[in-house]
Amino acid sequence: MQQTSMHEPHVGSPRSRVDGRLKVTGAARYAAEYTAPDLAHGYVVSSAIAKGRIKSIDTSAAMAVPGVIQVFTHQNRPRTAWRSKAYQDDVAPPGTPFRPFYDDKILYSGQPVALVVAEDFEIARHAASLVRVTYEAERHETDLEKVRGKAYKPPKSRSGMAPPAPRGDAEAAFGAAPFKVDEAYRIAIEHHNPMEMHASTVVWEGDGKITVYDKIQGVQNTQTYITHVFGLPTEDVRVLSPFVGGAFGAGLRPQYQLFLAVMAALELKRSVRVVLERDQMFTFTYRPDALQEMAIAANPDAVLQAIRHDVVGGTSSFEDYQESIVSWSAMMYHCENVATTYKLAKIDTYTPGDMRAPGAPTGMFALESAMDELSYKLKIDPLQLRLKNYAEINEGDGKPFTSKELRAAYQLGAERFGWSRRNPVPRSMKEGRELIGWGMASGMWEAMMQKTSARAVLTIDEKLEVSTATADIGTGTYTILTQIAADALGLPMEKVTAKIGDSSLPMSPVEGGSWTAASAGSAVQAACNVVREKLFAHARGMDGSPLANAEIGRVAFRDGKMELIADPSRFVTIQDAMRAGRVDRIEAEETAAPSRINQMRYAAYTHSAIFAEVRVDEELGRVRVTRIVDAVAAGKILNPKTARSQILGGVVFGIGMALTEESMMDHNLGRFMNHNIAEYHVPVNADIHDIEVIFVEEHEDKLNPLGVKGLGEIGIVGTAAAIANAVFHATGRRIRHLPITLDKVIGTKEAA
Amino acid sequence: MNRFSYARPGSVADALREVSSSPAAKIIAGGTNLVDLMKYNVERPTHLVDVSRLPGLKAIEETQEGGLRIGALVSNTSAAYDERVKERYPLLSSAILAGATAQLRNAATTGGNLLQRTRCYYFYDAAVPCNKREPGTGCPAKDGVNRIHAILGTSEKCIATHPSDMAVALAALEAVVRVAGPNGERSIPMAEFHRLPGDTPEKDTNLGADEIILAVELPEARFTKNYTYLKLRDRLSYAFALVSVAAALEMDGDKVAEARIALGGVAHKPWRVPEAEKMLRGKAPDREVFEAVAERILQGAQGYGENDFKIELARRSVIRALSQAAAGTPQSQTDKRIQ
Amino acid sequence: MADLELPTRQGHAPDASLPRGLPGEIPITLTINGERRELHVRPWTTLLDLLREDISLYGTKKGCDHGQCGACTVLLDGERINSCLALAVTKDGCEVTTIEGLAAKDGALHPMQEAFIEHDAFQCGYCTPGQICSAVGLLKEGHARTREEIREMMSGNLCRCGAYTNIVDAIEDVLAKEAAK
Repeated sequence: MQQTSMHEPHVGSPRSRVDGRLKVTGAARYAAEYTAPDLAHGYVVSSAIAKGRIKSIDTSAAMAVPGVIQVFTHQNRPRTAWRSKAYQDDVAPPGTPFRPFYDDKILYSGQPVALVVAEDFEIARHAASLVRVTYEAERHETDLEKVRGKAYKPPKSRSGMAPPAPRGDAEAAFGAAPFKVDEAYRIAIEHHNPMEMHASTVVWEGDGKITVYDKIQGVQNTQTYITHVFGLPTEDVRVLSPFVGGAFGAGLRPQYQLFLAVMAALELKRSVRVVLERDQMFTFTYRPDALQEMAIAANPDAVLQAIRHDVVGGTSSFEDYQESIVSWSAMMYHCENVATTYKLAKIDTYTPGDMRAPGAPTGMFALESAMDELSYKLKIDPLQLRLKNYAEINEGDGKPFTSKELRAAYQLGAERFGWSRRNPVPRSMKEGRELIGWGMASGMWEAMMQKTSARAVLTIDEKLEVSTATADIGTGTYTILTQIAADALGLPMEKVTAKIGDSSLPMSPVEGGSWTAASAGSAVQAACNVVREKLFAHARGMDGSPLANAEIGRVAFRDGKMELIADPSRFVTIQDAMRAGRVDRIEAEETAAPSRINQMRYAAYTHSAIFAEVRVDEELGRVRVTRIVDAVAAGKILNPKTARSQILGGVVFGIGMALTEESMMDHNLGRFMNHNIAEYHVPVNADIHDIEVIFVEEHEDKLNPLGVKGLGEIGIVGTAAAIANAVFHATGRRIRHLPITLDKVIGTKEAA
Repeated sequence: MNRFSYARPGSVADALREVSSSPAAKIIAGGTNLVDLMKYNVERPTHLVDVSRLPGLKAIEETQEGGLRIGALVSNTSAAYDERVKERYPLLSSAILAGATAQLRNAATTGGNLLQRTRCYYFYDAAVPCNKREPGTGCPAKDGVNRIHAILGTSEKCIATHPSDMAVALAALEAVVRVAGPNGERSIPMAEFHRLPGDTPEKDTNLGADEIILAVELPEARFTKNYTYLKLRDRLSYAFALVSVAAALEMDGDKVAEARIALGGVAHKPWRVPEAEKMLRGKAPDREVFEAVAERILQGAQGYGENDFKIELARRSVIRALSQAAAGTPQSQTDKRIQ
Repeated sequence: MADLELPTRQGHAPDASLPRGLPGEIPITLTINGERRELHVRPWTTLLDLLREDISLYGTKKGCDHGQCGACTVLLDGERINSCLALAVTKDGCEVTTIEGLAAKDGALHPMQEAFIEHDAFQCGYCTPGQICSAVGLLKEGHARTREEIREMMSGNLCRCGAYTNIVDAIEDVLAKEAAK
């Protein structure tokens, strides 16, 4: 364990997770682990077809099972809001949200068609198998290629997701340039598959009040959804998510198990828990596939002349899900002629959704693969090509960056990786039977901050509690909030408690977008600063106070006291100050919001340079990622220990995207067939070798008071591209369609 | 999961009676595949016969013929790490360790491993047609997602594969399955234990519905030096084989005296072609011969679209496995470099 | 789609051969975290559901319920298994150790728990109890010494947060300390 040194600030120092003990002892509780004496269990029956209508549902056999309380279907759904707008949660894309049990229409395979509620889980599961459903199937379409011709520009842009304005004349510049790459790239549909399956436990408190334990990245989003859909007053609905067993975006929007659990609880006037099965984790949001065409060109000096990126992304028949796939192409490099298009095409699945860095690894796979391809045509080192076309400002909107140390990231990453020892010739590096490939890519993600409120309460026993309604999905939010608060009042971390994941706490947006550290962190700091000022006022107002004439800026808060920096022998303890002020608690609630002016003036992004080594048994197609170095420029690092884990996690996600993950759709049935985690391959321990994370020094002072930029997404962004580039370097085979499975490496399947 | 009754008989005879008591009775031992399938409503037994404590089936013993008898209830872990198995049948040990995970191998039994069912996506999904699960409903895999499916011995009705690694090694080693039934005991050679799908894909094996596996018997130890189990899959561990090859050679000087080659992941049963094995007899183990052998093994192989690559992958895997076996450098199941 | 029709129906018929009503519960004895318990279980209750729903030991996690993730790993008579695939009735008389049973009675953590915290070998924490039980099983087995062997022998425990390298660090650390004893 690290020793908490007396005067070392917590922020910026490696700290073990404050919730570590709860997690390693099994004491941390997740949504399906709350109970109530009257708890009933719901089990979902999912549609077998992708499109059409339910002809009949026979629930009699299920109802006849002893212990079954009710079977809900569209036919007996209790009254819920009829306007689709009521179902639109905080982060819904434009369109008409899916309404469970709304009518007899089937919009996608796996859609919930019945909910069996029983006295225990096993009875519900058994009875669910007895629900007989007959369908009238209609022709569905789940193949994005087939609907490409029907692609359309989304009539309403999802906020912040409009493609950037074109600049220059990309067409003409591309035509005139001597070195060019013009290729199509594709990723596979991926499902989030957090280890915890989606669950909601609704505790019936009587009198129409409910307490809901939901697997959600934003309790207040769930709360609003419930109040709108079920017409409940806010004060009757409390939502909690103290621990979330991974989410990666799957928990941004309230999912159907929540609707079903609340519906059943309100109707039955008893507590209800609905937990999805793993195969049902493939029946809602996913990372969409996109048909990408990427054309880039350079002059003989390796200066980019044109970038053209055209994308058709998949969405559902009922919502226009959009993500930033093309915007990176307008920002990553200096280029005078850029044109991008982003269209959608509808398929008969559930609406895709945000999944770790939504859009970025998709778009950057194309851009960074194309850059790599271009480097070989130009016979220039891929890293040199990137340095040569370094963007000093965000050319997408002409704004300077709040900070950008990508150059340092390239340099440090390359040094640590040993990039200079790379033989540029493909197939030139070999050990034993394996070809060795070194590839690299850049990464980029928005550094955002959202308006967030927090409360801080200091009590006379020197304990500080800080709270805000955000979530910790494994990111380390509990820990960094504790660090920030402890530093603000000069307390050891053990004296600080962070409370989150409760809708009754001060307002917070959903946890996502890598904005939580900046947003919740700044709010907590702001609240603590007010407590600090109030406390200091008491200290100064003490009779004969040693700090009577001191200004707060000249005082250090540490070890439970306020002391003059110039003369630490002059101090007042927290307890003395509070006694003198005759208070036993000091409380403050503050709201932190991003600076509008800075948002208008600057562009704010995290960056990364990622280097990958692969070893490829070419004959058998097996690719192993044996080494990754990821150098990240993300402003202030609040906790190097948990921050490193964030990047490791992103990289592992990227390795999965590059090599193993693929939700396989049977277009005849309109159904994802490998809907389990034996056949949907998330990387296992054996797949993951050495990953080195470097945090580049980056001074950031415009984005938020903490100088933090966020780390949840940047780890994945360039990873897949770096690996694909390494595979090319190893084998001379360019694979433009992820994942890079062994069939593509041995080349008997068209590598897109 | 459907409702069922449960019995824990104390003897093989009692177990046989229990199994015969209902047409929908099922034997449970480790449960690692059966419970899995019951939760998916793929298996719906009405009576479970728990054989996990039957006396006498948990031992690994010498046979009179100088071989080894592995009781049906010996866990995959116990079999793989047994000193006699490691020393005399290292191919078997290696194949077992290539499969599943430490947790699953601790629970899974020798008998259960042989009886595990296909991992075909469609078989596993009770909401879609499948001739193996519900005879006569059709086989969507043929025109569907069939990356993991069979290329050899398929039928119009079914293109599923058998997922076991252990069974592939047992096939190569020409083990015999000892079973007990109402009319006494009998032996089923590995080559005849699993079936091809034909018109009855619902039947995976030739074990009678009223029979119980007692043990697997291995003949006298051979192939202890020149062997390998090479498994290729979509991640580096904890995945079923796309293609696997158990290769075993007996050398006579620098010539092959006898060869055994069995493939996993390519058919409804461990795939052996004795004629191809014979082609190696008396030959020096070189690539040219290996290529011819691989061609012969894959004669008649047929892809269904997404699994076309398996034909080429299997060909190359056979060649590589034979090289490994000839060189006496068996594939490590831990070191992911392929020798 | 030669012989293939889109599915037009789903749902199973009730089992005719079974008497109506719940079959009786079967008495079993399990020693769970050192405590002997007389329990009555229905035959279809898995060890995992028994632990979580019947005796509120929620530390053992359900991540897939099909033996595909390892989150439900417990030690059965000292050996790691997937509790989701074990019918409780078949484990009559066995000793079960769950994550709740690893720390000492006085609250002192098991060295593996300590090491997981120290090496930040988890993020969301959901796979963690299974990882730790699995790692404790691995120690006892004695087959894994190198990082490569640890990786292979820990591949039955998925971690979607991607803490794998830290998990290996933690286990390697404990192995080294055990070896030094």
